[in-house]
Amino acid sequence: MYINFVKIRKYPYIFSGIIIAISIIGIILFGLKPGMDFTGGSLLELDISKNKITSEQLNEVLKSLDVNDAIITSIGDTSLLIRTKEISEDKHQEIIFKIREVFSEVEENRFESLGPAIGKELRDKSISGIIFVVLGIALYLTWAFRKVSKPMSSWKYGIVTIIALLHDVIIPTGLFAYLGHFLGWEIDSTFITALLVILGFSVHDTIVVLDRIRERLHLQPSIDFGETINQSINETMKRSINTSLALILVLVALLIFGPISLKIFVSILLIGTIFGTYSSIFIASPLLLDWHKFVNRKK
Amino acid sequence: MQDIKQIRSKTRNLYGLIIIVIIAVVAGFFSYGNFNFLPNWMKTPFRLGLDVSGGTHLIYEADISQIPTSDISTTMSGLRDVIERRVNLFGVSEPRVETAEIGDSYRLIVELAGVKDIKEAIQLIGETPFLEFKEQRTEEETNFIIEKQKANDSEYLYVDPYFVPSEPSLTGKYLKSAQLVFNSSTYEPYVSLQFNDEGADIFEQLTSKNINKILAIYLDGMAISLPTVRDTISGGQAQITGNFTTDEAKLLVERLNAGALPVPIKLLSQQSIGASLGEQSLNLGVKAGIIGLILVIIFMLVYYRVFGFFASLALLIYTALSLAIFKLIPVTLTLSGIAGFILSIGMAVDANILIFERSKEEKKKGLDKFRAIEEGFKRAWPSIRDSNISTIITCLVLYNFTTSIVKGFALTLLIGVVISMFTAITATRSFLRIFMTKESK
Repeated sequence: MYINFVKIRKYPYIFSGIIIAISIIGIILFGLKPGMDFTGGSLLELDISKNKITSEQLNEVLKSLDVNDAIITSIGDTSLLIRTKEISEDKHQEIIFKIREVFSEVEENRFESLGPAIGKELRDKSISGIIFVVLGIALYLTWAFRKVSKPMSSWKYGIVTIIALLHDVIIPTGLFAYLGHFLGWEIDSTFITALLVILGFSVHDTIVVLDRIRERLHLQPSIDFGETINQSINETMKRSINTSLALILVLVALLIFGPISLKIFVSILLIGTIFGTYSSIFIASPLLLDWHKFVNRKK
Repeated sequence: MQDIKQIRSKTRNLYGLIIIVIIAVVAGFFSYGNFNFLPNWMKTPFRLGLDVSGGTHLIYEADISQIPTSDISTTMSGLRDVIERRVNLFGVSEPRVETAEIGDSYRLIVELAGVKDIKEAIQLIGETPFLEFKEQRTEEETNFIIEKQKANDSEYLYVDPYFVPSEPSLTGKYLKSAQLVFNSSTYEPYVSLQFNDEGADIFEQLTSKNINKILAIYLDGMAISLPTVRDTISGGQAQITGNFTTDEAKLLVERLNAGALPVPIKLLSQQSIGASLGEQSLNLGVKAGIIGLILVIIFMLVYYRVFGFFASLALLIYTALSLAIFKLIPVTLTLSGIAGFILSIGMAVDANILIFERSKEEKKKGLDKFRAIEEGFKRAWPSIRDSNISTIITCLVLYNFTTSIVKGFALTLLIGVVISMFTAITATRSFLRIFMTKESK
C-alpha cells in the first residue's frame, strides 16, 4: 500500500484547520474551567449504596448548615459528590454528623479540602512544569536535528515539529473548553499532566518521520523533495500507527475498566495520542514541503 | 571457523537467555509474592499510596512569623519531631511526617495510612498542646454559672463552672521537663514537673495567690489532677499526683515531654480516602491493567505472528521485572502511578514494533531472514533511543516540578520506559537468536 500523502495534503489541512478553529473559538468564548486543584475548595464523596438518597435531599441538609454553594453530582448510583468552597475541618465534622443523623447507612468515602494557597501553588507548579517540558523538548529538538542543513535548515524542522505539537495540544484543550462549558468538566493538575505527556508523544512521533526524511535526503539527495517526503511517510507510517495502537489499546482498557477518577486523564491522553499520530502523518511533513515551496517561490 | 564462531555465540546466547528467564521467574514470584513456599523477604507487599490503601494526607502551614530566620530550620525539625511523636502515640502504621519549604511558607505534611477516625487524628496532631493550670472560681461565680446552665442559657453552656485559666497563664510552654517518680513510702507513681525560669516565677505567683485553694492541672481540656496549694512554691517544681496507674503516669510523662508545638500550625488541606473506595480503585486499576496487557499481546500476535509471540514473552518479562523493581525501591503506588505503569505496558512494545518494522524493510532490500533481524535490531536502536528520550524528559520534569499525585505517575512511567528499553531489546533478541535459528535451519 502506497499512499500519496503529498498529493492529498489539502484535505487534512482543511480538516485540521476547521477543528483548530473550533477549538480556539471554544477556548476564547468559554475559557477553561479551573478545578478544585487550582482554586481551592472542598470535595466530599458519600457512599449511598446502602441508602439511596437524592441530591435534593442532601442539598436540604447542607442548606440547613448554611452550605449554600454546594454542587452535587452523582457517580454511578453508588456515590454522591459534593463540591463546595473550602470548608474547615470543624464544619466538615458538623456536616458529616448531620448527614449521619438524618440518613442512616451513608458513609463518607472521601474528603478533600484545599486552601487557596495550595491551589495557587499547584497552579504555579503546573505552569513551571509546562515551561520546563517545552524547554526540554526544544533542546532535544535542536539536538535531534543538528545535522540537517539541506534543502532546509534544521530550525525549520524544529518549527514544524512545534506546529504539530501545538496542533495536538490545542485540540484536546479546545474540547475541554466545550466540555467545561456544557458538562462542567474542570481542568486540574491531571489534565496538565496529560497534556505534557501528549507533548512528549507528539514530538517523538513527528521526529520519527522527519528523521526518515533526513536520512533519505542524505542517501539520495537528487530525488525531488516532495517524493522524498512521501516515501518517508509511507515507510514510517506503519510503525507510527502500530506503536500508537498499542498505547490506544491500554488506554481504552483503562477508560472502560479502570477507576472512574482516572477517566478524564485517560480520555485526554487518548484524544492526544490519536491526533498526535494523525498530525505526524498528515500535517507535519507535508507542512515542511509547503514551507520549502513557499520559500523557493519567493526566490 | 565460521561454524565454531556460530556455535560459540549460540552457547553465549543460550546462557544469556537462561539468565534472563531466571531473573524473570524470580521477579515474577517476588512481585506476586503470594505463595506459601516463598521465603519471607519475597512476600513483601507493594507500598500502596493513600488513594488506593485509604488514609489521610494532611498539609499544615507553620506560622514562623515569630521565629528569627536563623532558627527556622531547627524550629521546623523540632515541629516535625513533636508531631511525629504524637502520631506515633496514635499507633498508625508507617506514618510519614515531612517538612517542606514552598516559597515563603513552611509546610508540614502528614500521611496516615488506614486511619479509621480521621477526626481524632487531626485533633491529636493539631491541638494537644495543652497542659494548663487553672484557678478555682469563687463560689458565687460557680453557682451563677450552674444556674445559667440549668436554664439552658446558650452563652454559658460550655463554660467550666469550677475553674478558670490561671492569671498569669501557666501552660506547657513553660515546662522544662516531666519525670515519672514513685513516692518513697507508698510507691504510688506521680509526675514531677520542672518549669523553666519564667515558668517558675509564674508558678510562685500562682501558688502564693491560691493558698488553701485548688490549683487544677488540665491536660487537653481535661482535669487530670486537683491539688490543693498548701504553701508558696518557689524553684519551679510541681507534682501531679492523680490516682495514676504506672502506665497512665508514664503515658502522661511521654505526652508532656512530647510537648507543646514550637510554633502554631494551621491545616491547609486534607485528603481522606476511605479504605473501601481505595480498594475499589485498586481492583479496577489492576483489572484494566491485565485487560490492557492481554489486548496488547493479542495485537502483537495477530500482527507479527512468531515475532509477536517473542515480543509478548518479553512484555511479560517486562511486567514482572518492573513490578519487582517497584517493590524493591520501593515505589509508592498511587492510582496515577498505576496508570503510569499501565501506560508503559502500551509503550513497552514500541521498541519491538520499531525493530520488526525495520527488519521487514531490510528483508525487502533482499537480506535473508537472519541478517534482516540483526540489521533491524541494529538500525532501529537510534529511533528507539530518540523516541524514548522525549518521554523521559517529560517524566523527569513532571517528577521534579509537580505535585505528589503527578509524581507517582511520572516515576512509574519513567521506570517503565527505561526497563522496557532493556527487555524489548535484550530479551526479544535472545529469544529470536536462539529459536529463529533452529526453526530456519
